[in-house]
Formats: sequence, C-alpha cells, structure tokens
Amino acid sequence: MELFKLVAARNIPDAVKAQAAANTAQNGADIRFIAGGTNLIDYMKLNVERPKQLIDINGLSLDRIEKTQDGGLRIGALARNADVAHDPIVKEQYPVLSLALLSGASPQLRNMATTAGNLLQKTRCVYYRDTATACNKREPGSGCSAIGGYNRMLAILGTSEHCIATNPSDQNVALTALEAVIHIQGTKGQRAVPIAEFYLVPGTTPERETVLEPGDLITHVTLAKLPTGAKSTYLKLRDRASYEFALASAAIVMKQEGGKIDFIRIAMGGVGTKPWRATEAEAALRGKSATAENFRDAAEIVLRDATPQSQNGFKIELAKRCLVHAMSQASQAA
Amino acid sequence: MQEITESKIIGVSTPRVDGPLKVSGIAKYASDHHFPGLLYAWPVCATIANGTVTNLNLSEAEKMSGVVAIYHRANIGPLYRVPPATGFSLILDEKRPPLEDDVVRYYGQYVAVVVAQTVEQARAAAESVRVTYSRQKPDVSEKLLGSPLTTEKPDQKSKRGDAASALQSAQVKVDEIYTIPVETHNPIELHASVAVYDGQKYTLYETSQAVVNHRDVLAQMLGVPTEQVQVITRFLGSGFGGKLWPWPQSILAAACSRNLERPVKLVVSRQMMFQSVGHRPAIDQRIQLAATPDGKLTAVGQDYVNHTSILDDYDEGCGEITPFIYSTPNLLVTGGLARRNVGNPTAMRGPGAVPGLYALESAMDELAIALKMDPVALRLKNEPEVDESLEIPFSSRHMKECLTVGAEKFGWSSRTPEIGSIKQDGVTLGWGVAACSWLAARTETEATVELRQDGSARVACGTQDIGGGTYTVLAQVVSHETGIPVNKIEVVLGDSALPPGPISGGSWVTASVTPSVLEAAQNATKSVLLAAVKSDGSPFKDKKPDDLEFIDGTIRLKGQSASTVPMSEILRIARVKSVSGSGKSQGTFGEAKPKYSFHSYGAQFVEITWQPEIARLRVSRVVTVIDAGRIINPAPARNQIEGAVVMGVGMAMFEETMYDPRSGAPINNNLADYVMAVNADSPKIDVTFLDYPDYKLNALGVRGVGEIGLAGIAAAITNAVYHATGVRVRNLPIRIEDLLAPKSLSVA
Repeated sequence: MELFKLVAARNIPDAVKAQAAANTAQNGADIRFIAGGTNLIDYMKLNVERPKQLIDINGLSLDRIEKTQDGGLRIGALARNADVAHDPIVKEQYPVLSLALLSGASPQLRNMATTAGNLLQKTRCVYYRDTATACNKREPGSGCSAIGGYNRMLAILGTSEHCIATNPSDQNVALTALEAVIHIQGTKGQRAVPIAEFYLVPGTTPERETVLEPGDLITHVTLAKLPTGAKSTYLKLRDRASYEFALASAAIVMKQEGGKIDFIRIAMGGVGTKPWRATEAEAALRGKSATAENFRDAAEIVLRDATPQSQNGFKIELAKRCLVHAMSQASQAA
Repeated sequence: MQEITESKIIGVSTPRVDGPLKVSGIAKYASDHHFPGLLYAWPVCATIANGTVTNLNLSEAEKMSGVVAIYHRANIGPLYRVPPATGFSLILDEKRPPLEDDVVRYYGQYVAVVVAQTVEQARAAAESVRVTYSRQKPDVSEKLLGSPLTTEKPDQKSKRGDAASALQSAQVKVDEIYTIPVETHNPIELHASVAVYDGQKYTLYETSQAVVNHRDVLAQMLGVPTEQVQVITRFLGSGFGGKLWPWPQSILAAACSRNLERPVKLVVSRQMMFQSVGHRPAIDQRIQLAATPDGKLTAVGQDYVNHTSILDDYDEGCGEITPFIYSTPNLLVTGGLARRNVGNPTAMRGPGAVPGLYALESAMDELAIALKMDPVALRLKNEPEVDESLEIPFSSRHMKECLTVGAEKFGWSSRTPEIGSIKQDGVTLGWGVAACSWLAARTETEATVELRQDGSARVACGTQDIGGGTYTVLAQVVSHETGIPVNKIEVVLGDSALPPGPISGGSWVTASVTPSVLEAAQNATKSVLLAAVKSDGSPFKDKKPDDLEFIDGTIRLKGQSASTVPMSEILRIARVKSVSGSGKSQGTFGEAKPKYSFHSYGAQFVEITWQPEIARLRVSRVVTVIDAGRIINPAPARNQIEGAVVMGVGMAMFEETMYDPRSGAPINNNLADYVMAVNADSPKIDVTFLDYPDYKLNALGVRGVGEIGLAGIAAAITNAVYHATGVRVRNLPIRIEDLLAPKSLSVA
C-alpha cells in the first residue's frame, strides 16, 4: 500500500469536484471515492489500486431506501448490502435482490459493503490481484495471464482475447434482471443510466469497466415497479455452501398469464464479463408455457455464443442447469 | 507399569482451563508480543520459481520513510546449517538457511528482508525492492508417477509374500491411480516470529508446535549455545503440522534482531503461507488389490510418489497404514520422490496415513463393487489377527467394533448398493464407508509438578497446547494424582526453558506426557510426606513416610481418616512455599524391535446429498467411531474429531493449491480463492469413542485423537459420491465438473 490522503466530502458537489480532478474513473484512478471499503482497501493492500487520494463519502446521507411515487424503489448509494437485503419492501417486491445479496460475501462484509460499491465490485481474477503477472485490466497492454492460466472461475460470455475476467457481484445480476437505473451526479449535472448501458464488455479496453467519468458520483439506484403477479428468484451455484463467488448464478423475474409466460427477465452471474442479460432468450420464452423443455431451449440460446477457456468449459452446462432450475423455481413460486 | 482403572476426573468432560483466556482476548499469541523499540520485518519474495538473482536494486526502498535496514545475502551475517543428526532431534524441513545463495528454487523464496519502524513501512519498502533475475522454466508439473525420481528406483517400504504373482493370477482385481493435489495449511494464525536479542540471549516468541526442537535448530543456525536461545509459544492459533518445524521467517527475524540489537517482529502474509511454510505435497498413488471371489484379499500393492523441493527430501510415507490394516499374504509398498520447483512440503495432519488411506480405502470400495459385496463386510472379512507386517500382536485393536457400531448408528443395513437408489426429500443420497488408522506412540518426556502452601499446584512441561486441550489434560492428570481440583492447578507449557516435552505432532502428546506428569505428581506428594515427617511441629513428626498416605490434597496415617491434615498445613508448618517432584518417561516411537503394534482405529460413515439438476453436492451426515484408547477429556476430544471431519470435507471437495505452470506461483493464494470448508459445509457429525484403554502404551491407557479423525474421510466421501452418482473420482478434490460427466447427466 502506498501513502494516500483521506478527505471527507461535506456534500455532493464537493465530492464531485474533488474526484473530477482524477486521471480516470476506471482502474488505476488516482482519486477515488471510498464508502464501505470492503473491496477497494483489499486492492490497495495488494498495490493493485494506488490512489493518491480517497474521498470519504460516508457522510453524504445517501443511505436511504424509500418508495418512489410511481410505486418503485429508490436505493441510496450508501445503503448497506445488509440493510437492502433485509428491507421489507425489497423482500416483498424484489425478492431476487434480497436473495442475491444474502448469497454473497459474509454477514460482516454485507454490513459494510454499499449498493454503489457493489455496483463497482472488482473482478476476482487471480491475475488481476497479482501485480507480478500480466493483466490488461490492471496494466493495459501487458497481456492476459488468465487465458492459458488458472481460469476455472472466469467468464465464458462477453470475453475478448484481452480479458476474460468475471464480474463477481450477485447484487448486480439481480439489478440487471430488475432493469435498475443508476443515477449519477457528474460535473455536467445529473444523469440516469440504465444498468444495461452501465457496464462495458472488455473488448480492447478491459481497464474500462463502466461508463463512469471523473467526477461521476453514483447517488442512488431506482427500481421500477414490477407487474402485478411477477415472481422473482435468484439461484447461485458454487463449490461450497457459502462465502464463495458464483460459478454460475441466475436472476429471474417471471409472470405467467393464462398458462403462458407474458413477462420474463433473465440475467446471469459468474459467467459473463459483466452482469449478463439474456434478452434473446426472454423473447423466445414470451408467450410460451413454463415447461422444462422451453426453459432448456431458452438456456441453449443464452449459452449459444459461450467461449470456454482451458478450465471453465463445464460452466456452459452448469449455467444451463442453473437457468432451467431458477426459471422453474420462479414459475412455481406461490 | 500399574494400570489406572478408576478415576474421578480422567474421562470426565472438563472445560478447557485456557478457555476464559482465549475468549476474553487475554491469551497472548506470538504476534501479540510487543516490546519497546520493536521493529517490523517484511521479506522480499522471489517472483520466479527457478533461476538466479542477478541484481537487487535497493535504491528506492532504502530512501523510503521508516526503513532501518535491508538485509540480503551479502549482509545478513552468519547463518549456519543444522548438522546431520540421528534420532528425533534438530528437525527442519527447509534446511538451507534463508539468503544462503542467489539461486531461486521456488516461487516466493525470500531474497531479502526489510526492517522498518512500522509494518506498513516495511511492506511498502519490501515491495519497492527491484529484483532482476536470470530466469529458467520452472517445473511444477502435476504428474508424478512415471516422472524421474530422486532415487534410481522407488524405495521398498514394506514387503511380504509375492504380490506381483498374486496379482497376476488374481480372480478379482482392482488397479487404479489416485491423486491428491497440494494442500496448504491455513490456520487462521499466520506464522509469526517476534525475536528479542539483548546482545547475549535470544528470546523468540514463535508460532511453534515444538518449542524445544525450535530452540535447538535456531541455536545451531545462529551459531550459539542452546542456553542462549529461548523459544516461547504459550498459545497457538493452530498449526495442522505446518508449525512443527522452523521455517525461514523465524531465522530471518532472529538474524535481524541480532544485527540491530532491537526486537523484531515478522508476521508472514497469507500469500506467503502458500509459498514458504510448507504444504502437503502433491501425491500420485497406484493401488492394486487382488481377492478371491468371496472377498479374501490375496495381494495389496501400493506405489506412491510425492513431490518434494529441489534441495530437500520430504517423504510423505503414504504406506504407513497399508501393511497392517488388512490381512493379506502378499504385499508390496513402494515410495518415491520427484523434485519440483516448490517450497519444501511438510507434515499436514495425519501425514502419510491420510493420503494413503484415501487411496487404499477408495480401492477397497472399488473392490467391494467388483465383488458385489458390501464394503463393510469386505473390511470385516479381511481383519487381521496380528500385525502381519511386523508379526507382532496389536496392543489393542477394535477395528471390527468400529465398523459394526458405526454401521448400526448410521443405519447402514438399509443401504441398497445400486447407484442413485436412495432418495430422500427429492434429493439423491450416497452412502460411503472407509476404515482408518493412525499410529500411537510415546516420546521421551520430562515434567515437574509443584505443590504449594496455598493448596494449589503447578505442572510444567516443555510441550505446547496447539488448541487440542493439552493444558486441560495435564491439569486433569495432576488432579487425578493429587486430588487438587483442576481450577487450583496452574499448567505451564510452551517454553523451551521448561523440562523438555514432546512435539505437538503425531497425536502423541497426551500419551507421552501423562506418564511423566503422573510420576512427577507422585514424587511431589512424596516430598510433602517427607516434609510431614521431618518438620518440627508436624503432627506426623518422626513417622516414616511409608506410614503416611496422600489423599485428595491431604496427608494422613494410612487408613486413619481422623488423622487427616491438609497439604497446605504441612507446608506451612515446614515453612516452605512449595515442594516439587519431577518425572521422566521413555519413548516408544522409532523402537527398533517393538513388542506391540500400537495404533488407533476408526470407521467413517458418510452420507452425501446430490442434486443433479443443479450439480449440487453436499456432505450431510457423518458417523465416526474411534478406537483411540482411553479418552481423558471427552468434550475436546470430540472437538478434535469433528474438526478433522470438516477438514476432510475440505480435502475431498474443495482444497487445492494451484500452481501456474508458467511462473510456478501458487496462484490461488488467499482464503477466497483457496476454497476450504466453511460452517455451512459442516455436516451433522456423530462421534463415538469406544474408550478401550491401551494399558500397553501407558498406565492410563491413553493414545491420542489429533489426527485419526481426518483419516478415511475423503475416501468415505468419494465412495458415497460414487454410490449416488456412479462417478468414481480418483483425483481430488471432487469438482462439479467431474459430476457433470455423462453418467450423472440424467436429471432425476
């Protein structure tokens, strides 16, 4: 870890102004916001992140969870993962988000980690963590050690020859299925970015993971009201029973009408370089009945373009089983 | 020796005497020690696994704030090798002193060490040292059987009859290869050394499972007499074998303290735990079994190869249990070592036996299937009368009872052998069994017991409590002998200045210390009797010691309860603060011609749940029956078995240190990427101790329970997995990808 300056932001404009002086809002930013610290501090200790300045935003009163006028939900950027997971409205209307949060990390981490911090959670690729190795995300142009190395946990969707790192978050998979909107205060004012447009696939610039620019502060996330009768669920598959990142996970929101699926959202975790939305599979299921065959056909569509590496080919079959099981759970939910 | 059959305290669950210290945070672990002027050391670790250091650029690091010194090969000062020793002394696994030459032989090898005012400064400076290497391709390849060995031919470890011919003519045969990956010891307490050199003497606060050996080794390596080194480990945040012998960081800390004449603390990082403080080696084993159609073994073959480091030979000894566990006329066990660019391996809980039994007990399951025979019945049928490898009787063996009692408790009789045939609540169950064994032994031990005027006692021994309950066991033994209650007995351990005691390894601490502590306590009571007959004013003045008896902390004329006087009163009259007695007991470990085969036994029954639709495998239930002699303190003994079972779940299903073949780095070097069992993976565990005293080992009939609980678990799990899925996993750990194989694809 290198020496850094810690300043507390007094208000949102101050925070925006302070971080706007950063070289980037992506990997390697020299000025960074800090909230729960459960992720950034780890990477600072490993010298993967070396900010010169941290802006503590914990005093910005961005931790509220409240209903919106149109029946949706507004979740403050600083709302702790545990508070969101146990929020009565979340449990009632968006169980997929509660389930996803509770399947991640440990109680201690969830007590500290925040909604916006989780949105920006770093990959668990072992090479990204290890400064002795090449990694295009950490050091653009140095190469990807994971291709041909230890890649069992890594992505099969959205990869490029420059990066196969997985987005490790559970929360973000649920938020993707809920079509969350991310509200950002930047130097040029407020803007709202749908989560589908928030994350970038690595392509030739794996160091760029989101659309954030210097000065951009995530203030809150909004969720629209789901159609009446919609059910949602989250299924996470991993080696051990707890405290491990997903090998494959699925967030499903589904509503049936007259024995047919008339509303469906599918997102996957553990398999993509970003939280993976499966719109084509959703389209294929719309108007169909909730049968194992139809779910399997939809799962085939999701994984059709998967690119396995030396150790993670099994994720293709695992992801399909994960999807089929999660969809059948959602379809049977009372 | 006289058998002790009756006791008010031996065999009674007794709360740990060190428990309150630990839960309140008062217990001081090695890295908790602070001294005025303390400095912090952080090693510079090689980022290659094979090559030579051609340059160390210290210019940036030297200028960094707080940096006091940077040591490397040229300026660390004299460090010596330990001389070759016979017997059980001067042991360390990595024999090269740190920084001895510029050759790098494994990833993470220390090439320099930075000392600074704070740990953060030391770490930052260490990470700013620029090291230039001449690199060579490392060899961390996993395939061991068939690769070049350190010897021309594998070593013959045990032989009887003609296994080759018997295998050739066998009617039923199993011939398979089983592999185990590198497993890394990950106690929560990191290896730590706080070295205090005062210009004359070294006081070393260490994370050690063997303070006396640690002192002897450090004295040799520092080139000073043993009386100038004291090693202290009052408490250990567990070790699992990884802390048995000194590792390079301990020597570095002592050398830094010597060079600076300041106290120096060095705590290795979690990443370094994967590099330079040992691991269980990768092991390949070929097992060949031959049997008659009715299930009588006619031959057993075991050929193992484990990896070792470039400089040192670590032999896992996988054939330790094989020669005596079953009856067979023909047997051949061989072992070999293959060099790799890895840190030196070391003992991990149940070394040899645990990996060996994984392979052997997997093969026994495969044989039972080939014979269409129940796997419990197959083991019962091959129970030996004597230790056929040494042709000596067993001291006390109840393997058959372990199997039958375990089967009864588990409900084994309702098992149907067909794959996937047991269903419950929508999931498939798999049931598996394995037998297990672990050595029983004593090593030479000395102890002292002091009886004090205030009615309390003190017992001291240069062994250590690594979390298993040694403090409490010693208090119980002294309480048994003197009648003084456990809460009035001070137990002092973990200091090389105390009478030399056993290493905390081999599960032999309890068996080793109890005879000497009993003798010391007896001698201490004799000292009280002497004071009673010699002291003016004593009611027993001028009696003979033989006329008196010491009962429950009191002295009386033999058989005359009316004459009872408390010990404290006698010592007050004698005007002595305390009297003491010492005890010394001999070892059995390594005896050239043992009269008995001393071992513990057990049976492991495992239930797993399998959900093919989501490829989810969990261990749901374990019944374990252990024949480990008399159990002194049942509650912590049960803890040992339960903890070992959970460790076995990790061994079977999760744990694997992955080496990047290009760099040779252990790449999943943290507790998120090195997957171990967590609480949610802990099955329901039913532990039964048969509790047959083994009086041939010592007067109390105790053996030890630290390791046997892990033996056999991995095989019982893979056997259960086969029963549920039809997939035979012969390469640990069991991975989800193994179970996605075609056989288990069909969704029930």
